[in-house]
Amino acid sequence: MVTAYEFDVLVMGAGLAGLRAALAARETGAAVAIITKVHPVRSHSNAAQGGINAALTDRGDKWEEHAFETVKGSDYLGDQDAVEILAQEAGQDILTLEHMGVIFNRNEDGRLGTRRFGGQKRARTFFVSDFTGQALLHVLYEQVMKARLPVFEEWFVTSLVKDEHGQCGGVVAFEIRSGRVALFKAKAVIIAAGGLGRVFEPSTNALICTGDGIAIAYRSGAPLMDMEMVQYHPTTLRGKGLLLSEAARGEGAYLLNVEGERFMEQYAPNMMELASRDVVSRAEQIEINEGRGINGCVLLDCRHLGKGIIRERLSQIFEEAKSFANIDLTEEPIPVCPGMHYMMGGVKTDVEGRCWDLAGGWRGVPGLFAAGEAACLSLHGGNRLGANSLLDTVVFGRRAGRCAGEYAKTRPQPRIGDGVVKDGENSIKGLFARPDTDDTVARIRHEMGRAMTQNLGVFRDQEGMAHAQQTIAGLRERWNHVAIHDKGQVFNTSLVRALELDFMLDCAETIALGALTRTESRGAHFRTDCLNRDDEHWLKHILINHRHDGPPQLDFLPVRITQWEPQVRVY
Amino acid sequence: MLTTFRIRRFNPESESPQPYFEDYQLVTERSDTVLDALIRIRETVDESLTLRCSCRGAICGSCGMRINGHATLACKTKVASLISPDETIHVEPMNNMPVIKDLVTDMAGFWEKVRQVQPWLQPTGPEPEGEYLASPDAMNHLTGVMGCIMCGACVSDCAALEVNADFVGPAALAKAYRFVADPRDGSSSSRLTALNNPGGMWDCTRCMECIEVCPKGVGAMDRIMTLRAKGIEQGVPSTAGSRHTEAFADLIERKGRLDEPMLAVRTFGLANVRQMFSFLPMVLRALVRGKLPKSGPLFRPIPGIARIRRLFRRAKEGR
Repeated sequence: MVTAYEFDVLVMGAGLAGLRAALAARETGAAVAIITKVHPVRSHSNAAQGGINAALTDRGDKWEEHAFETVKGSDYLGDQDAVEILAQEAGQDILTLEHMGVIFNRNEDGRLGTRRFGGQKRARTFFVSDFTGQALLHVLYEQVMKARLPVFEEWFVTSLVKDEHGQCGGVVAFEIRSGRVALFKAKAVIIAAGGLGRVFEPSTNALICTGDGIAIAYRSGAPLMDMEMVQYHPTTLRGKGLLLSEAARGEGAYLLNVEGERFMEQYAPNMMELASRDVVSRAEQIEINEGRGINGCVLLDCRHLGKGIIRERLSQIFEEAKSFANIDLTEEPIPVCPGMHYMMGGVKTDVEGRCWDLAGGWRGVPGLFAAGEAACLSLHGGNRLGANSLLDTVVFGRRAGRCAGEYAKTRPQPRIGDGVVKDGENSIKGLFARPDTDDTVARIRHEMGRAMTQNLGVFRDQEGMAHAQQTIAGLRERWNHVAIHDKGQVFNTSLVRALELDFMLDCAETIALGALTRTESRGAHFRTDCLNRDDEHWLKHILINHRHDGPPQLDFLPVRITQWEPQVRVY
Repeated sequence: MLTTFRIRRFNPESESPQPYFEDYQLVTERSDTVLDALIRIRETVDESLTLRCSCRGAICGSCGMRINGHATLACKTKVASLISPDETIHVEPMNNMPVIKDLVTDMAGFWEKVRQVQPWLQPTGPEPEGEYLASPDAMNHLTGVMGCIMCGACVSDCAALEVNADFVGPAALAKAYRFVADPRDGSSSSRLTALNNPGGMWDCTRCMECIEVCPKGVGAMDRIMTLRAKGIEQGVPSTAGSRHTEAFADLIERKGRLDEPMLAVRTFGLANVRQMFSFLPMVLRALVRGKLPKSGPLFRPIPGIARIRRLFRRAKEGR
């Protein structure tokens, strides 16, 4: 007897984008379920510390300014129609979150307070101390409990399924606790399964950020876009790569080199430490490479902010510095370095989250939607501004959820044969049946992470990237033979990690391919062998399509420009 | 530094599924957390060692487990903080919840109890066009409880839950407090009335374990005490729990030490015949052994009772 569940809309992933999408889809009257490999409050949205941007007109801010700074931050690769929607709808979404119960920081007059964030001239970042992501995630989960949405917790999705017309019809997944494989039929599937940070080693990302949703969509025929655009955050702890929020610099912290100089003066005389992240990370790396760093780091100095600000508004990173680096931020500066943080690229969608083009300009998968870090609108282009990612998840999570709910009304339940479950079971059995090897999943993953960090980091060149590409191909070959030593059915995390690595290798391959293709420097993609931005040839997106029977196929889409022509980018 | 980890293992699929301890020796660095060590064991020694983990930064709440007898987050616990080099580190799954495999526990019951407190904002009146106005202090105060990451450490080590499975537990009560203390929430009196029922806020035995083990400083027990005080303030119907609290304070104020028989009488009421009868065997045994405490008029105030009463007066004025 094959287990099959049926819903109108199935959301894969239960971080901010997934929960917001599910709630919005439910509001359209659709039967909605969420499927997630970890409990919703364990999601990586937790890790967003600093805040969420919005330009509120009633306090003299303009959405156009927010939009322009986002476009400039993206190094003019962001699609401006999407950016305009983000900036226009931000205010209402923040109020919705507040009404749901988010305990945003307040002014003395009881209204929402703001702080400054990078790449922006105005203070338009709303926040909850420095655990804004956690505060939002827990509140959205409260709303999901209130709405009694079914959540399939600790289920691992292995593939998307399509009907005979190529229409997305659900997913095949197994319950981690029992090993049971089941089919989840749905008229619409929303991929909101987050980023792929663990492709790099180290990374600020949680261990669960393995690009599952991105790879699953890619394999089912949805194109990936802007995959070369990987954000390196300027303030991470060396070694494990834990994040120290941009909120520190937002509150006024300095970056110093070994000589005690605020070196950002040389690189971004106006915005200093609050220039966009790609600019600050590059500056740090230059300081370090030219011998003005300290053990591969520069220093983040918070001391002059005073104990009050540090304890009240930076409580999380104060604790973090103490626990993980043994440093009291009120007493001494902390060594930080650029670290992999965020994927600007992802599954290509339109502004309603659809992974197919109504006009047929690019091919995709009807019935498939994506939102959050897994998706690429392209909103963030070559570089995302701090505090725009939380905003992205709620604005475009909501839009994807609503669109998917409405779309499901127009569709019959797709016809999917039970055979897909058997296929799923067989492929897991095949993994268990592999002959024993000395090689391990962990070893392959570490080698992948190191190759990516060494060759696709802050500075890149042809030779290094080609080397990474070859390494990934070799690791893929090794993955095809690596054995899983734990063969149990119950909570087999060895199996989970092997499947995650399979997804990560696809992601790594597309990142290297995108980066090799883009022969210019733009945003976070900086090539020492092509130093300049080349608007004439590269004011366009790179789309990567999966091929079952050959190498990936490249496509290109022009950047959508509404009102801001590319300019020289100075901070 | 060579460190021994003694890990409680459990494989439900083995032929005789019984928990057992397994030792692993590992070279650890000063900077290693227990989570780093467990991951290294999993990656280099025994792939089948099973645990939940994700963020590595004490924010996702996945890696709750008991280390050397107390629940905590493995990612927040430095190996070097635990031991001198020749000692063994004990790692076990969380308590007060069923174990699925090795260090992975079933948290369904945990979440069921969180749902019991209706953990979502329930404002009254029309929604404002803009944000709800709220004082910065009120919101800052709530960040202390909102910092809860639902890791389960407090529930694991809760002494009351160990003997009273109906107790809603510290995590759910801290969550309830988060709404009772939110100026935007309009349901605090109905919340307090619900928490007044058996299994609610009066079932905490104030052992302070939840405060001790919380990796985020939520201070669940303190929140529970505030809930009780608010409950009494708002006049929720008296319960054995609230009468116990009030009688306790009153008896101390009058006598300077606890008149235990009177405390029982005032908590349960003399009219509660069944309860009073249930004490009879204990009373008789105490009588036989000459250990029956004095009570009522026979129980004299301690010398210097005036000072105690002065303390009470000051405390009441201080409010």
